[in-house]
Amino acid sequence: MNRIQVKLQEDKKLLSIYFTAGYPRLNDTVRTIENLESNGVDMVEIGLPFSDPLADGPTIQASSTQALHNGMNSSVLFDQLKDIRKTVTIPLILMGYFNPILQYGVEAFCQKCEEIGIDGLIIPDLPVEVYHEQYQTVFEQHGLLNIFLITPQTSEKRIRYMDSISKGFIYTVSSASTTGSQIGFGKDQTNYFKRIIEMNLDNPQIIGFGISNQETFSQATKYAKGAIIGSAFIKFVSENGVNDLKQFIEPIVKKL
Amino acid sequence: MSYHVNEKGYYGQFGGAFIPEMLYPNIEELRQNYLKVMAEPDFKKEFGQLLKNYVGRPTPLYFAKRLSEKYNTKIYLKREDLCHTGAHKINNTIGQILMAKRLKKTRVIAETGAGQHGVATATVCALVGMECVVYMGEVDISRQAPNVARMKMLGAEVRPALSGSRTLKDATNEAIRDWINNPVNTHYIIGSAVGPHPYPDMVTRFQSVVSKEIRLQLKEVEGKENPDYVVACVGGGSNAAGAYYYYLNEPDVKLIAVEAAGKGIYTGESAATSVLGKEGVIHGSKTLLMQTTDGQITEPYSISAGLDYPGVGPMHAHLYKTKRAEFISVTDDEAMKAGLELSQLEGIIPAIETSHALAIFKDKKFKPEDVVIISLSGRGDKDLNTYIDYFKL
Repeated sequence: MNRIQVKLQEDKKLLSIYFTAGYPRLNDTVRTIENLESNGVDMVEIGLPFSDPLADGPTIQASSTQALHNGMNSSVLFDQLKDIRKTVTIPLILMGYFNPILQYGVEAFCQKCEEIGIDGLIIPDLPVEVYHEQYQTVFEQHGLLNIFLITPQTSEKRIRYMDSISKGFIYTVSSASTTGSQIGFGKDQTNYFKRIIEMNLDNPQIIGFGISNQETFSQATKYAKGAIIGSAFIKFVSENGVNDLKQFIEPIVKKL
Repeated sequence: MSYHVNEKGYYGQFGGAFIPEMLYPNIEELRQNYLKVMAEPDFKKEFGQLLKNYVGRPTPLYFAKRLSEKYNTKIYLKREDLCHTGAHKINNTIGQILMAKRLKKTRVIAETGAGQHGVATATVCALVGMECVVYMGEVDISRQAPNVARMKMLGAEVRPALSGSRTLKDATNEAIRDWINNPVNTHYIIGSAVGPHPYPDMVTRFQSVVSKEIRLQLKEVEGKENPDYVVACVGGGSNAAGAYYYYLNEPDVKLIAVEAAGKGIYTGESAATSVLGKEGVIHGSKTLLMQTTDGQITEPYSISAGLDYPGVGPMHAHLYKTKRAEFISVTDDEAMKAGLELSQLEGIIPAIETSHALAIFKDKKFKPEDVVIISLSGRGDKDLNTYIDYFKL
């Protein structure tokens, strides 16, 4: 069984953290992952930076630009991660836009992910139909789960379609927005979360976008198996570096 | 071989809709409705009337006598520069604003480089009384002040794109992000034949009026609908798409696409996508684009802000790949000289984008009896400062 699937069976709410590889400094990647695990984070999304991140707000854009400037790219990242499974056991997901993966070669990329011990991919601009028709087989051959995003505007039919070809979790985007653009949830969002719960999907849901601290985390996890923090974590490491993450993580995990 | 889009949104291997899920409902709504709406008699009537009475169509097909004598061939200029607002861009914005109204949208966003598409969008928003936000790179805002002023005067809000290189590519990113954040009430008027399906096809259809008119006009003066050549400059490719449209499946009509070589194709300061680009995904479309080996999109360069785009529309990528169109690259210097030449031989100051198309006569030889149509896509008023600086006028 894939590490993500094992993790999802644990009887607790899950905290997943997104960070941009090679940020703030090129060689911070491995230390960030190790420190996230040792502080009790359940799952990590490693962002492969892209020059034109359409779905991201200013914080993640700026971190991507800096990471590219630092020299990060697919090959460098794979090299940094080659021994990661000697020290880290939690699920690792790579999140990146499609073009760099296409240039690396989708099959070669998947192969490399398998060698390293990556468990899943999130590719925001790879539509579910294209994945289903062209890439599902190769992803599965290499033991990779593809994670799909849904939004408040995604139709029920489309959610069911994604659910039917997902084997990990559904990434519930909390509102129609780019990353980091809103904080907290209103009634529209909680109604949407409830609507998703009532659909009784095969895959558990993890909520992302708009979660920044303990309060929003526990609000989100009332309606889902877990939640993802991205921009707020990037802001934290911009100011504090990656060596001591306890200050950011502890308040969130101690209530889990 | 088909040169039109297929039912899945592809031109051969190019096109598609590589969009984040957040954009799916907007794009899907458009995909399901655009052909239906465009076929409605009401829509056709309103579009046709506005093109005639507001834009000033049909634009003339002008026989350029002195230019023809100089290059010993028959050169006709399709005068899109005479459209209201000074370029072909408005054909598309008129069509899209009527589309936005039919889709019950109340707010319009657009991206712009030099400001021509921004002005054309601000114009149609004023025409129908719709809120308008135009994204423009911070760098372009400072070098295109008159067009910024025009947009503001027309009631649009001009928002600076502060990310990346702060030019057209980044303005497009910001417009897409705005659309992600405003998925219900907003229509995004893309200015070129780029972006996710159905945009390239929709923009091409709105621009196709150009070749529709050429056929009728040429029949009158030459007794035949088909020229030997149709020549157009290509950035994203909307004016070329319009000028080619009705000739795509006429093999006796040769198509020439002129790209900006900037300071020279291999100088690192160029926008010659067909030569320098590789297949990839930009702004939701699989096409040829300029990128690093790692798949990061690189910055193009051209003296002309309208050709300064790292990709090309998927239809053009397909025309290139299938060799249906011949692609020629023209440098800044060659274009500027051709612009000056047209001004002094014909009394027409062209936009610098268009000057690229006019520069092909220096190297490309035509027969005396050849009929060559040049898409004169825009007028040069907006470029006066660049011409002045370049020629020390």
